[in-house]
Amino acid sequence: MAELIIISTLNGVLFGLLLFLMASGLTLIFSMMGVLNFAHASFYMMGAFIGFQIAKWAGFWPALILAPLVVGLAGAAVERFGLRTVHAHGHVAELLFTFGLAFVIEEVIQIIWGKSPVDFRVPRALDFPAFTIFSTNYPAYKLFMLAVSISIFVALFWLLKRTRVGMIVQASLTHPKMVAHLGHNVPLVFMSVFGVGSALAGIAGVIAGPALVTQASMAALLGPILFVVVVVGGLGSLQGALIASLLIGLLQTFAVSVNLSLADIFAGSGFTPAPKTILEDLWRVTIAQVAPILPYLLLMIILIFKPTGLFGTRES
Amino acid sequence: MSETASVLPGMKVAASRGGWLIWTLLAAAFALAPLLFRSGTSLTMMSLMGIAIIFALSYNMLLGQTGMLSFGHAVYFGLGAYFTVHAMNAVIEARLPVPVAAMPLVGGAAGLGFALLFGWVSTKRSGTAFAMISLGLAELVGSSSLILRSFFGGEEGVSTNRTKLLRLFDWNFGAQVQVYYLIAAWCLLCIALMYALTRTPFGRMCNAVRDNPERAQFVGYDPHRVRYIAFVLSGFFAGIAGGLTAINFELANAALFGASQSGNVLLATFIGGVGHFFGPILGAILVTFLQNMLSDVTEVWQLYFGLMFIATVMYAPGGISGLIMMHRPVWRAGALSRLMPGYGMMVVPVALAAAGAILVIEMATQIGVHGAQGTTMKLLGIGFDARSVPPWLVAGAMLGVGGLLARLVGRRIAAAWDDVRAMSLTHGGVA
Repeated sequence: MAELIIISTLNGVLFGLLLFLMASGLTLIFSMMGVLNFAHASFYMMGAFIGFQIAKWAGFWPALILAPLVVGLAGAAVERFGLRTVHAHGHVAELLFTFGLAFVIEEVIQIIWGKSPVDFRVPRALDFPAFTIFSTNYPAYKLFMLAVSISIFVALFWLLKRTRVGMIVQASLTHPKMVAHLGHNVPLVFMSVFGVGSALAGIAGVIAGPALVTQASMAALLGPILFVVVVVGGLGSLQGALIASLLIGLLQTFAVSVNLSLADIFAGSGFTPAPKTILEDLWRVTIAQVAPILPYLLLMIILIFKPTGLFGTRES
Repeated sequence: MSETASVLPGMKVAASRGGWLIWTLLAAAFALAPLLFRSGTSLTMMSLMGIAIIFALSYNMLLGQTGMLSFGHAVYFGLGAYFTVHAMNAVIEARLPVPVAAMPLVGGAAGLGFALLFGWVSTKRSGTAFAMISLGLAELVGSSSLILRSFFGGEEGVSTNRTKLLRLFDWNFGAQVQVYYLIAAWCLLCIALMYALTRTPFGRMCNAVRDNPERAQFVGYDPHRVRYIAFVLSGFFAGIAGGLTAINFELANAALFGASQSGNVLLATFIGGVGHFFGPILGAILVTFLQNMLSDVTEVWQLYFGLMFIATVMYAPGGISGLIMMHRPVWRAGALSRLMPGYGMMVVPVALAAAGAILVIEMATQIGVHGAQGTTMKLLGIGFDARSVPPWLVAGAMLGVGGLLARLVGRRIAAAWDDVRAMSLTHGGVA
């Protein structure tokens, strides 16, 4: 039991921080431009694939630096040449633009790297068990992922709260016109935030690529959960995004490892539902099988009881 | 809201403006289409088009008329299909005297019921929050379908047999053409109903809530309730479309309420145009046609699809219907001939750039997807090697020259538009 709790907590925090790497960019972009970037998970996927390609040519460490840069530039270009044009047509048009973009990125990645997963391996320097608890080897690469996530998280907060650039960004969130009047180039700030947000998703992609499966459907798998994170945390709140990422990371990791169903819990009651009915399905389903829908249940509950999300102040 | 019931005045408006002509033509088109396109594939495709029209129009009740962007509309479509299949099986088993033609109502009822259930929470707000909730609900229902296997039938779904229900007029619905006419009849009925709805005071309130919820509130309407009612009605029509799908395929499976289904209806509606009632009809027909045709011609048709969608969002946010309607006042003023030269010239650079883009995409596909089997390929009967430099140069030149020329011609068209506007101003009347 203790083994399960420790390992699941570690994995859950890791998954949560990975989610936060992406959710932070998404939240920054949303609070600044009012655009919920549907293609954000696609930038994560781009990070993984470009990282894989660079790792193949030049090794993992150059990939870790270069791939997020490439993804960040791609993000900035998308803002400059796509979103800025669409901006005049309103937020729905912007959301639709990113929706179409997600579609196109997935197709392009399938054309370049194919539909089946690519062989993105953990770098040899990190391919060893870091420690052993209760006869389970914990891979060093996961600790590395943890370290990268935490250091980026710290750097991001420092950048936003302690530097001049961060102050301009924060001011542009709430008073874009005032910031422009003070002589700052607000469109440039927007473009940079979009680029940095995409690059953060790119980093998440590079470090998650070898640990998870690098395939063309990885954006579609993760994207909806990302939206759950930002809505549950409260649209536009970084703290909220952090708490919600960890919450959902832990929730899913723990749920997957619990193989209990109602039938197990009430085994002594002698109740058995009629076969081939919905009741029987519900009776026999295990918590592990329900794990994929838990984030969405959480989303529904939050939206019913606290529509602004955990830390959100605005409604939409 | 008592206004919802007053459908008749709306119908009168349609009739008085020569609307009957349009409706008769539409009915005739539905009736005569199978005589023109006789092949099995075109019958199948036209059946799908009919379903897609109902689905897209129901989607536009949300997006176009009430301003709610949904990423999970397929939920009501899919649930409608499942309930119809189960109802058909129950009818067959109990030997009830119910004809197939009535079964889509079951789908409609299911769509309505689930929209009643899910709608109250999701319509509290519009905009981004609504979009996210719809996405979450779609994922929730989609994932539940894998848990509740006895109802959803797991991966293979639930099948039925439409020929075993009560026969009316000796139609057993074994032949596709009979199914087509069933779908066409329902489609016509649904189009008429949904159109009538837009002409009622309730339909106007939906527009008001879309444009300015605050002012709608000031004149005494609760935006949440208006959105809720629109959502429920939209769920009803989506359910009917789902029911027709179930009859058409004699099967309901989890793909029906998948994310791609929800995405497709959004694409079709938006490409057709959300600003006019007939937009989604055009979009549904075009998208269904392209899905069936393009998938035969190229394997990366979804990429073309996505690019087409992005182009629509960026350059023609009103969709096809928006482009058409933009020219109505010009046509009435008799000034369309002034725009024509520019449009005619535009064909060349657009075709050139499109050909260049297609060449790039197809060569990339050849290298990326079929690289192992060799990179020689054929386009329009011209054979070449996708790894050699010349074709890429040609493609790049086509894109570059096409783009440059399009810019030049674009300026000319803009000038022509200015002329037309100035002219109509001096003549008065046309904006």
